[in-house]
Amino acid sequence: MTQYRDRIPLPPPDAQRTNMTCHFCIVGCGYQVYKWPENREGGRAPDENALGLDFRKQLPALGIIMTPPMHNVVTDRDGSRHHIMILPDKECVVNQGLSSTRGGQMASVMFTGEGPSRQRLYYPMLFTGDDWVETNWDQALQVYAGVTKRILDSGGPEQIAFDAFDHGGAGGGFENTWGSGKLMFSAIQTPLVRIHNRPAYNSECHATRDMGIGELNNSYEDSELADTLFYIGANGYETQTNYFLAHALPNMTGKNLDKKKQWFPGESVAPAKVIFVDPRRSLTISVAEHLAGKDNVLHLAIAPGTDTALFNGLMTYVVDQDWHHERFIRDHTSGFEEALTANRMSLADCSRITGVPEADIVKAAEWAYKPKASRHYPRTMHGYEKGIIWGNDNYRIQSALVDLVLTTENVGRRGTGVVRMGGHQEGYARPPYPGGRPARYVDQEIIEGRGKMLTVWATNPFQSTLNAEQFREAVYRRSAIVRDVIGKARGASATDLADLIFDAVENRGGLFVVNIDLYRTKLSDAAHLLLPATHPGEMNLTAMNGERRMRLSERFMDPPGEAKPDCLIAAEIANTLKALYEHQGNTEMAARFAGFDWTTEEDAFNDGFRKPEGIDSQGGPTGDLATYDRLRVMGTNGVQLPIKAFKDGKLVGTEMLYTDYRFDTKDGRAHFQPAPWNGLPGTVETQRKKHRFWVNNGRTNHIWQTAYHDRHLPFRRERFPMSPLEMNPDDAKSLGIVSGDIVELHNDYGSAFAMAYLEPDIAPGQSFMMFGYDNGVVGDVVTDWTDRNLVPYYKGTWADIRKVGTMKDYKRTVSFKRRRFLSA
Amino acid sequence: MKNLSRRRFLKASGAAATAGAALIGSGLANAQERAAPGATTLPYPREAITRAGALEDNVPVPFNYPDAESFCQIIKTGHPVPGGIGPDGDIVAFSTQCTHNGCPLSYDKEARTFKCGCHFSIFDPEMAGQMVDGQSTENLPRILLEHDTADDSLYAVAVEGLIYGRQCNLL
Repeated sequence: MTQYRDRIPLPPPDAQRTNMTCHFCIVGCGYQVYKWPENREGGRAPDENALGLDFRKQLPALGIIMTPPMHNVVTDRDGSRHHIMILPDKECVVNQGLSSTRGGQMASVMFTGEGPSRQRLYYPMLFTGDDWVETNWDQALQVYAGVTKRILDSGGPEQIAFDAFDHGGAGGGFENTWGSGKLMFSAIQTPLVRIHNRPAYNSECHATRDMGIGELNNSYEDSELADTLFYIGANGYETQTNYFLAHALPNMTGKNLDKKKQWFPGESVAPAKVIFVDPRRSLTISVAEHLAGKDNVLHLAIAPGTDTALFNGLMTYVVDQDWHHERFIRDHTSGFEEALTANRMSLADCSRITGVPEADIVKAAEWAYKPKASRHYPRTMHGYEKGIIWGNDNYRIQSALVDLVLTTENVGRRGTGVVRMGGHQEGYARPPYPGGRPARYVDQEIIEGRGKMLTVWATNPFQSTLNAEQFREAVYRRSAIVRDVIGKARGASATDLADLIFDAVENRGGLFVVNIDLYRTKLSDAAHLLLPATHPGEMNLTAMNGERRMRLSERFMDPPGEAKPDCLIAAEIANTLKALYEHQGNTEMAARFAGFDWTTEEDAFNDGFRKPEGIDSQGGPTGDLATYDRLRVMGTNGVQLPIKAFKDGKLVGTEMLYTDYRFDTKDGRAHFQPAPWNGLPGTVETQRKKHRFWVNNGRTNHIWQTAYHDRHLPFRRERFPMSPLEMNPDDAKSLGIVSGDIVELHNDYGSAFAMAYLEPDIAPGQSFMMFGYDNGVVGDVVTDWTDRNLVPYYKGTWADIRKVGTMKDYKRTVSFKRRRFLSA
Repeated sequence: MKNLSRRRFLKASGAAATAGAALIGSGLANAQERAAPGATTLPYPREAITRAGALEDNVPVPFNYPDAESFCQIIKTGHPVPGGIGPDGDIVAFSTQCTHNGCPLSYDKEARTFKCGCHFSIFDPEMAGQMVDGQSTENLPRILLEHDTADDSLYAVAVEGLIYGRQCNLL
């Protein structure tokens, strides 16, 4: 290959072929991995390459997606070198051959020992006070287990904090949530655990679950069938790309009319109408308008944080029009009257609070809930994501939304559903969390000096938590106490080090910080011990997507150095602790650390997901029906959980939940919950009154999560060298800011830096900053307010903005043209 | 490519000509066979596109390169841009088959971007073809140009980046 990157090697017909589900977002697109020896190439004739395509001529558009970043060369531990090519799978019903810009680069992020992947962690590393040195697993485990044991024996498990993934995809999966969960909850038994993107061990969907409705209750196919797609705080084009492109798009353009007629005989059908609830005019809105026509798209640009008022206004209006589903409410729900009384809100009040014209509220109600010409109730799919989940009082908003959905029976019928659109994939199987609800506000406890040891496991709170500046300051300050001790320890054995570290955390306010990850990250800067982990492709990993579709991503290459799957790292930690307790003769404690005799990730899978009794598993009670062999056969289409049966050599799954009207409550009825409008929290209101700009924030299409891979990849880094901050051009002008300037956002909580990116679709007084990036952390200005379950209001903060200065290189290398797709 | 005469190959300059001669003998099998000793680049043809003076600001002109099945556009932006050539350093050219799924890109004169109607990718010709947003993993392939000051001719001489739907830019 030359610098022109104008050729790509083809897999020969006999290339090894394995299944891969994308590492990244909730959608979980199916991919095929081809692997073949480096000294061979397929030919261009169709019978000479594994793709069966004729590369002697130009392939037509929409034929295949095959770009240079989909190829790489990897070196296995036996020294053999192989080409790999990771292509989107046309046979996968999820993505149907499409790749997003994130998943399409999977081959580029696999370990090669060159380029960006040189940044991977190869070995355990120990901080010596002023430098990192490589160490072996035995030493690392002796230090880790030694400190853990000392803290456990003196202060008990409540002093041992974790910040751990709870999801599927890379850095997660059923194997790894189980391994880490069994260590934290059964063995150590600590309640001082936070989840990767929030400061406590809680659900982002407590409300809907309390009402009897799991948050992933339909199939992607339902968005093909819906009469109306009702998106709330969700930006599908950028954040669930191929769900949007493969499933929602054909409904918007009317390509699915025959399918709808076939599914729902006698019902009026039309191309989908689309409603967006979002204070920001997102990229998805611009795309939807292009697809469906402006007349079929309704943007309810609510004032920030007023979702609850909108849903209550809609619920009231629907009932007043007699569009509610009386029989469903009577036969299958409880608490309707009480909720209606509590939530009741006039159109005028709804309009005044949300800032949405009354006519638009009525229009939304008509599109989503008014009986169709055929007198059937419309099928409306409600898809929500971070606008609600990170919104103003997660529990309250979600209750109000599900109340509206239950009022109109938009669950359990095909073409409906009230679902979170999702961030990561899912893959949860853990013993029950030993803390209560609300759980512990771990960040605050760390800030206030509690917790003696913090293991940060495939997460990066320095970039992704709320009140992040204060949190970082506390961790750095407390970590430095331990670093100082380690720096002075010369000739210390692992046992000596454990003693010294324990003294620093027990008697001097220190915090021992361990980071288990693929890379060194911003968090690693405050750590003392790094343990190298693997990602899919280097290990077998199962996970499920936003329609509960579970797949096995197969291992096809070796990880770097001595990196291990997270579940096996958990097992090694447990086994080391078990040996320490056995050595001491403490059989009771040794028994707590038993049951980790796993040699492969499949052992962890069989120990957790396949033994569901008494644990919290997204596989439910039939998880035992899934085996690696059976999942391998099911390929990239996998099976939708829960599994109903294993029949004729295939796993049979569940497309939609609650079609039998049996909800997840004791009496089987879905529960309405009173959710009166409650205004902005005082903490947030204070910032709003003091500062000029609302600082909305979220993902962008280019960057996945904390940019743990992306920050090393030129294609990504050159696009966003710094977190972009979308600003209204008139606002920017008033501050002398132009695109490419570095700006500072500041309020009572901290300050964050960003790259100004002027965008006319941003309303005056608002801004939108990319969330979770390493260069410019929006969490630094997010307040510490949470809802009753300790779910943050990441999207609710206000700040002032000042121009720092001009960065000539940004202006020279970064395009500041509009990211929105505007119809010509 | 197949329409090019041997004579046009030999007109090409430097390493490209060497590789081109080797290539004619080798029978166009695959990339490995193309990597003739003495060359690390493909034997791209050198083709006259237009004259710099004939281009109007912000009005793209379509052409085909390196063969008839590859669609490209050349554009004079009116101000110096990265990779721009010509008297004002403002002339650039790109493959206009989307690098994601191959759909034809259209030029939006107002936004001054190339846009894809299939999956909504947007590329910036004034920033070296950078993907402004969208689903590809690559910026737009740049058509490398040369300007002959003697007669104001613009030549396409190579492609940087893989053209959609190909194993190799030369069929």
